Amino acid sequence: MSAHESWGRFIPSEPARVVAPDWTSEIPPLDTIGGSLLAYGRGRSYGDVCLNNGGTLLDTSHLARLRSFDRENGILECEAGATLDDILRVIVPAGWFLPVTPGTKFVTIGGCIANDIHGKNHHRAGTFGRWVLSFDLLRSDGSFHCSPTENRELFDATIGGLGLTGLITAATIQMRRVDSPFVLTEAIPFRSLEEFQRISDESDAHFEYTVAWIDSFGGRNAKGIFYRGNHTNAEGRAESRPTLHIPPVGVLSASVVRGFNAAYYLMSQDAKPRVQHYDPFFYPLDAIANWNVAYGKRGFLQYQCVVQSIDATAEILDRTARSQMASFLTVIKKFGDVASPGMMSFPRAGTTLCLDFAAKHKGLLPMLDGFDELVASAGGSVYPAKDARLSPTRFREFFPQWESFAQHIDPRFSSSFWRRVTS
Amino acid sequence: MRVAIIGATSAIAEATAQNFAEEGAELFLVARNAEKLAAVAADLRVRGAARVDELVIDVARHREIVEAAGDVDAVLIAHGSLPDQRTMEREIDAQIESFNLNATSVIALAGAFANVIGDGTIAVIGSVAGDRGRRSNYVYGAAKAAIHAYCDGLRGRVNVVLIKPGWVDTPMTRGMKKNPLFADARSVGRGIHDAILRKRGTVYLPGYWRWISLIVRMLPSRLVRF
Repeated sequence: MSAHESWGRFIPSEPARVVAPDWTSEIPPLDTIGGSLLAYGRGRSYGDVCLNNGGTLLDTSHLARLRSFDRENGILECEAGATLDDILRVIVPAGWFLPVTPGTKFVTIGGCIANDIHGKNHHRAGTFGRWVLSFDLLRSDGSFHCSPTENRELFDATIGGLGLTGLITAATIQMRRVDSPFVLTEAIPFRSLEEFQRISDESDAHFEYTVAWIDSFGGRNAKGIFYRGNHTNAEGRAESRPTLHIPPVGVLSASVVRGFNAAYYLMSQDAKPRVQHYDPFFYPLDAIANWNVAYGKRGFLQYQCVVQSIDATAEILDRTARSQMASFLTVIKKFGDVASPGMMSFPRAGTTLCLDFAAKHKGLLPMLDGFDELVASAGGSVYPAKDARLSPTRFREFFPQWESFAQHIDPRFSSSFWRRVTS
Repeated sequence: MRVAIIGATSAIAEATAQNFAEEGAELFLVARNAEKLAAVAADLRVRGAARVDELVIDVARHREIVEAAGDVDAVLIAHGSLPDQRTMEREIDAQIESFNLNATSVIALAGAFANVIGDGTIAVIGSVAGDRGRRSNYVYGAAKAAIHAYCDGLRGRVNVVLIKPGWVDTPMTRGMKKNPLFADARSVGRGIHDAILRKRGTVYLPGYWRWISLIVRMLPSRLVRF
C-alpha cells in the first residue's frame, strides 16, 4: 500500500519486489527469494541505507509483536518490526523508559540496531547498541542468536551494520527505570558556539539529556537554545496531541525559515525549569505525521557529522550561513566517549552537528562535499543513516574499518547505500 | 471485562484485541494454528491483558468453543477467508465449503453465544461485500449477506454489533491491487473495539463505506455487472 521510499524522498528507488511476511514463523528461506535482499522497517532513515533499488525489500512492518516484558528488571523482547511507540505504551506505565531514543518514536527496533542510533543522552548512555542484550539474525546460511557472549562477531557487525549482515527478526533490550512519564527540562538561550560549549560542558555532568537548536543563518555566532533535562518524579500534565497530516507543498523557503528561527528564539527565552511529558520533549516532530513533505517534491538532504574540534563545526556553520540555504532543523550536541559494541557505529567523542536542506538548492551538493573535506581533515565522520550523497572515497576515510566489516555481510544482502559507497 | 475472540490470528482481530489488552481486559482467543496463536497471545499479555486463554480448535466446533469461553462480556466472531471467485465458479463443493466457513460456522457461534451471553455483546464481522451481490465476489458476498440478515434478526434478542469493513490491508487481501480506499488493520481494529464498547448496531469501517455501499445498493440491477 505505501511506497517504499526513504524519509528524505531525495533518491528515487523502486524495489523489484517486496516480501512482507505476516509471521516470523512464515519468513521464507532467504535463499528462495530472488534478487539482493534488504530489511525495510518504517522508512525513517533519510538517505538510501533503507533502499535497495532493483532488489528485494524484506518489509518487517507486520513482524511487530511484543514477546515478553520482565517488569522487575526492565527487559523487553519483541519482533524487529515493533516500533518505539509500541514499546513506550507498554514500558512507561510500568516505570521504564527506552535506554536511548532518537527524535521520533516511529522507528523499528530493527532499524535502531542496524543504524546504532543515538539520542540526547549519548554523553551518558552511549548508543542504542549498548543496551541490546541479544537478537536473532536470519541469514542466507542459517539463523543465529547473537549477544555479547554468543556469535560475538556477528553481534558487533550487526549493530550499526546498516542491515547488511542479515535480517534481524527479534531482539531483547534493556530498558532504564523512570519514576514517571515526565521530564524536568530547561531551555537556555545562547548567542555563539562558544557559549554553547560552555553551557554544554557544565550541563553534561548534571543532565541526562542535552541538545541544542541553533539558527543556521547566524554562523559561528548563531543564536540558539540549549535544552537539558532529567527524568523526574514530579507530577505534570500529559498533553494529548493530535497528529497532523500536511499537504505535500514545499513551504520551507529561506524567508519562512528565517522568520521561524527569529520567532522561535524569542519564544523560547524562558529558562525556568518546567515539567514536560516525555512525548513533546523527545518527539516534537511526531506531531506532524509527514513533516518530510514540507520540503517539496524534490525532497531534502540531512547532513550529520561529528568532529572532535569545534573549529570544523564553526566553519560548517559559517559556510551554511553564507550560502543562504535555509537549514530548518539545525541541531548540535556533544557526544560522550562511551564506546559502542558496533563495528560501524557512527557516534564518537566530539561535537555532532545536524543540518537539513531542501534538495532543490543549486550548489548544495558541492557545499556538502566541502563539509566532508572539513570533517575528514578534522578526523571526524558522517552519519550513514542520514546520508544520500557521500562519495566512496570519503566513506572509506570515515569508516576505515569497512573492509573488515564487509567480511560479515551476508552475500545475499545489499543496499543502494552500500553499492554507492563501495562502487 | 472478558472478551472472546474467534479467529484471533486474523489481522483485524489481532488489532482489535490489542486495544482490549491495553485496557487490561481478559481475553479468550480461538484459532486453528497453535504457533501463530501463541505469538498473538504473548503480544497481548505484554500489552497489558489481565489474562489470555488460548484454544486451538476448528471454528465449526461451536459447542466446545462456547463452553470453554466461560462467562464473557463480549464475543468477536472474526474468522473467515476470501475465496477465489473464479475457482468457486468451477468447483461447487469448494463454494459450499467456503459458505460453511464464512456463514454457517459464524451463525452457529452467534446463535450459541446468544443463548448464554445475557446482556453481553455479540460482535460479528460482516462486509460491504454482503450489501450487494457482485460479479467479482458473490460467493463471499452471499455468505456475508447471510450473516447480516442473521445479525439483524438476532439483535431483537441480544446486543449485536455488526461490523462491515470495506477494503482492509490484511493477509486476506494480499493478492488484491491496493487503492487509496484501503484502510489499515490497526485503525479498523480500534473502530471495532469502540463499536463494541458503545454497543453500536451496525458500523461501517472506515465510516465512508456507509455512503459507498448506499450508492452501490441503489444502482439498478442492469448496471451492477462488476
